[in-house]
Amino acid sequence: MINNKLTIANKKFNSRLIVGTGKYKNMSECAKAINLSGAEIVTVAVRRVNISDKKKPLLMDYIDPKKITYLPNTAGCFNSREALRTLRLAREIGGWKLVKLEVLGDKKNLFPDMIETLKSTEVLSKEGFQVMVYCNDDPLMAKRLENSGAKAIMPLAAPIGSGLGIQNKINIQIIRAQTKLPLIIDAGLGQASDAVIAMELGCDGVLVNTAIAKAKKPFDMALAFKNAVVAGRQSYLSGRIEKLLMGQPSSPKKGII
Amino acid sequence: MKKIKKIKIKLNGKSKMVIDNYKIQNLIKDLKIPIKKVAIELNHEILDKKKLDKIKIKKNDKIEIVHFIGGG
Repeated sequence: MINNKLTIANKKFNSRLIVGTGKYKNMSECAKAINLSGAEIVTVAVRRVNISDKKKPLLMDYIDPKKITYLPNTAGCFNSREALRTLRLAREIGGWKLVKLEVLGDKKNLFPDMIETLKSTEVLSKEGFQVMVYCNDDPLMAKRLENSGAKAIMPLAAPIGSGLGIQNKINIQIIRAQTKLPLIIDAGLGQASDAVIAMELGCDGVLVNTAIAKAKKPFDMALAFKNAVVAGRQSYLSGRIEKLLMGQPSSPKKGII
Repeated sequence: MKKIKKIKIKLNGKSKMVIDNYKIQNLIKDLKIPIKKVAIELNHEILDKKKLDKIKIKKNDKIEIVHFIGGG
């Protein structure tokens, strides 16, 4: 398959599936699901160390950051100040520069606050971060993010955790047509077919958390998403047939008895 | 015997009493926190982990110690 590697900020990845590490029953379930998904990048959150209970399992004990790329995320941040603080801390933990910026604007629908997101992208890029940006499916805003130094554009399919799948295919296609940056669908996918659709629209990858972690069988769903991303990419590169209004017989008319 | 002076600080949002002039490096060591897996903030300023032995904790200091956990 041609062009089968995902390149983000000059780093190459075999898998086009990025997975989140939240919402799993426990760390070992999370680690097994990641392994089955084939993902090489996982999103992680920055939170306070539990001082009183040091026996609590640590993420790094289950997912080796030397083997899997940690993508620190600003999930839960509602303004630029919080997001910048979080990612600067993430960098200090161990030199992480490739980060995911996510600045939310509304506690109910979890849509991104694009003004705060844009401001943060500018600052972080100037500070040497390689910023993958969670954003609305707005082509104009996507262009502004690109001009501000974003290293990947990550529009939502639908609200975070909603499982609704891609709601605005046209916008995703317009963003695809205008950018050479990695385009990764982030948030709102519900099942493997949603990932196929994203890849067939020409996206470079998808980011999935809830759809795998909260599936009745997370391990099977991790595998389903792995295959879906490969199938969707292959389908996109294969060049689909033209859509026709009327039927076209598959068998030759000549020789009909 | 000289009485050890203790001061009140905020550690990860909770009040804690520590010995006056206690170094951040000792705090991390005593809490058995793996330094390579965390980042530390003192009064909203991120600390260089290589210089922790030079920083003494003062009264009412706010210290945050963070690490990576599972997230979306």
